[in-house]
Amino acid sequence: MQALQILIDGFAISTLYALGALGFTLIFGVSGVLNLAHGGLLVVSAMVAWYVGTALGADAWVSAAAGIAAGLAVTLVTYGAVVRPVQRSRAIPGAERELFVLTATLLWGVMLQELLDYWFSDTPVAVKPLLSGTVNFLGVRTPINEFLTAAIAWAVMGLLWLLVNRTDIGKRLRATAINPRALTLLGFDLERIYLVAWLIYGLLAGIAGVLIGSFLGSGSSYIAGLTGSAFTIVVLGGLGSVSGTLIAAYIVGYIETLTAYLVSPALREVPALLLLIAVMYVRPQGLLGKR
Amino acid sequence: MSKPNIKRGAGIALAAILAAGVSTVAVQAAQKPIVIGVTAEMATIPGKAIANGATLAVQQINAAGGINGRPIKLIIEDNHISTTDAIRSFQRMTRQDHAVAILGAFTSEVALAVEPWSARLHEPFLITGAASNKLAEYVHADYAQRKYIFHAYLPAAYLAQAVCDSTKDLLVPMHMTTAVVLSEDAAWTKPLDAGYDNCLPKVGVKVLGNIRFDPNTTDFTPIYQKIEAMHPSMIMAGWAHVGVQPTVQWAEQKVPVALVGINAQAGSSLFWKATNGATEGVLTGNTSAPGVAITPKTIPFTDAYNKAFGSDPAYSAYSTYDAMYALAAAIKREKSTKPNAIVAGLEKTDMVGTQGRLEFQGKSAKFTHALRYGPGFITGVAIQWQNGVQKCVWPLKLANAKVVFPSFVTASK
Repeated sequence: MQALQILIDGFAISTLYALGALGFTLIFGVSGVLNLAHGGLLVVSAMVAWYVGTALGADAWVSAAAGIAAGLAVTLVTYGAVVRPVQRSRAIPGAERELFVLTATLLWGVMLQELLDYWFSDTPVAVKPLLSGTVNFLGVRTPINEFLTAAIAWAVMGLLWLLVNRTDIGKRLRATAINPRALTLLGFDLERIYLVAWLIYGLLAGIAGVLIGSFLGSGSSYIAGLTGSAFTIVVLGGLGSVSGTLIAAYIVGYIETLTAYLVSPALREVPALLLLIAVMYVRPQGLLGKR
Repeated sequence: MSKPNIKRGAGIALAAILAAGVSTVAVQAAQKPIVIGVTAEMATIPGKAIANGATLAVQQINAAGGINGRPIKLIIEDNHISTTDAIRSFQRMTRQDHAVAILGAFTSEVALAVEPWSARLHEPFLITGAASNKLAEYVHADYAQRKYIFHAYLPAAYLAQAVCDSTKDLLVPMHMTTAVVLSEDAAWTKPLDAGYDNCLPKVGVKVLGNIRFDPNTTDFTPIYQKIEAMHPSMIMAGWAHVGVQPTVQWAEQKVPVALVGINAQAGSSLFWKATNGATEGVLTGNTSAPGVAITPKTIPFTDAYNKAFGSDPAYSAYSTYDAMYALAAAIKREKSTKPNAIVAGLEKTDMVGTQGRLEFQGKSAKFTHALRYGPGFITGVAIQWQNGVQKCVWPLKLANAKVVFPSFVTASK
């Protein structure tokens, strides 16, 4: 019975980790931006969903839609007001631009945290579950929302796979990740491709934020942890590698769940971090990373 | 006018001007504000409640003429739950703003870090939300140096005793006689857990296990699974830094064990919204409750608080409000804002506050300068969320509802 519980709980957690980290790795792969405000985008989505659902009394699906819209909006603000101005600045030497973008997103994350503290306090909140109640699954009492969350997350990841591998937009995104200069020489507008990538990232962040908020709760104090978790998974899987991120998310999710059940909940994050250190020694590019 | 008359007239005019000047200075001195500082964790429910409780008390005291005719000037600083920020803020308010005393801090770790500075700077410090036993034990260990510190809330040992007392009256008669203690890993819960372990068996409850968890824990499923496997009738909580997530997951996963003990955030009316109503059926200890006349001052306070801030007060608002009145009375009594006079005045405190009768323990007591606990002083209350409202279920003489657990809590049947 405990084994089945670990399987179900680990699957739900891993799926959310994967969805949460996917946008982070996608935007790094396509545009080379390591967005340290990533956790802030997820939390803004969750907090808006909570506010619309609880304070304004809207339906759970309406509040989820509002949260996703907020996630998309704040992601575009991140790109338009924080990342892009630094990337286009002539005052910053080209070689140092990535470092400046990194710093700018870090500071933007801190600003988002302060703003959320001011508006909502740092007390965590729980986003309304899309479906309430529990089901008895092979003898394990499990919230229905857990299954729905995993199903939505997998549907979103499937759609992303189709978009990236089966459409023209996807081809351009992949080409940008491999050789942006060549794409420019072929006459493609890189700015537009980047904007599309940030739009997809915004949707992913919005959906992930709302789903995580309904499962694990959310609040300004979650920002650093969510960014750190995405960072760990993406580095373990290989920066920029979508499939590596998926594999790493499941490795981390299951190791954490096993530790929590079999050793102690207080130590749940330790083994995954030890594994990360080991991978960085043996294979610094991550499991499926190329650079 | 002759020359002597001119001289006399000038002399009278000068004397009149001087007299007017002297009386103006005297009036100004009499009306010079008394500065009082507040250090609070402003982004948290208990921290915000500290600031609100202090603000409301100061507004009322000033409206009633201030302290011996002098208004209070309140300075509120956010310590961001950071010991460094709290110490800097404490030093600034003492040295720069010349605050005569400082109140606040709901995090024990923050209050413990500030205590040595209160002793060094001879700055009266009234801790109004933190609960570690060590706060008052620190004063007891070196009274002469540390007498400036007052624990204007209850040490965790008393909080545990209050929970045991209410469990005996409410839950043991319902045949709920086994518990697993589930506490966040923080300074205040160590004495709380020890208190639970000590007093629960005395009231007929067997402790089946103790689980401590990292306050950053987000997934409580493994913990609840572990608890369920022990088949207790109660989860005896020790939560203040966390609250929303374990409560929501308890309700969503329909954990069939009653959630009782201290879930400090559940003492605030804001908790219902934060948990989307998952707090229904949660029973928690508190020092006071909205709508319950623990003393004649309780309901007027909760009404005024609700009118001013749009929500019911969290536990730390009651203690801070009472502490501000105790401080004002001490200054008024001693007619001085000097540290030693304030200490002497506070030690003479014997007043009815919103939580009960307030008196600080003497230097020979184990918890020096902590509030007295027990019949005739502060006993605390137990509240339970029922249909979105906090109902008082204990002490039985003040109760306005009976305990009702959600249908999924099978242990209560």
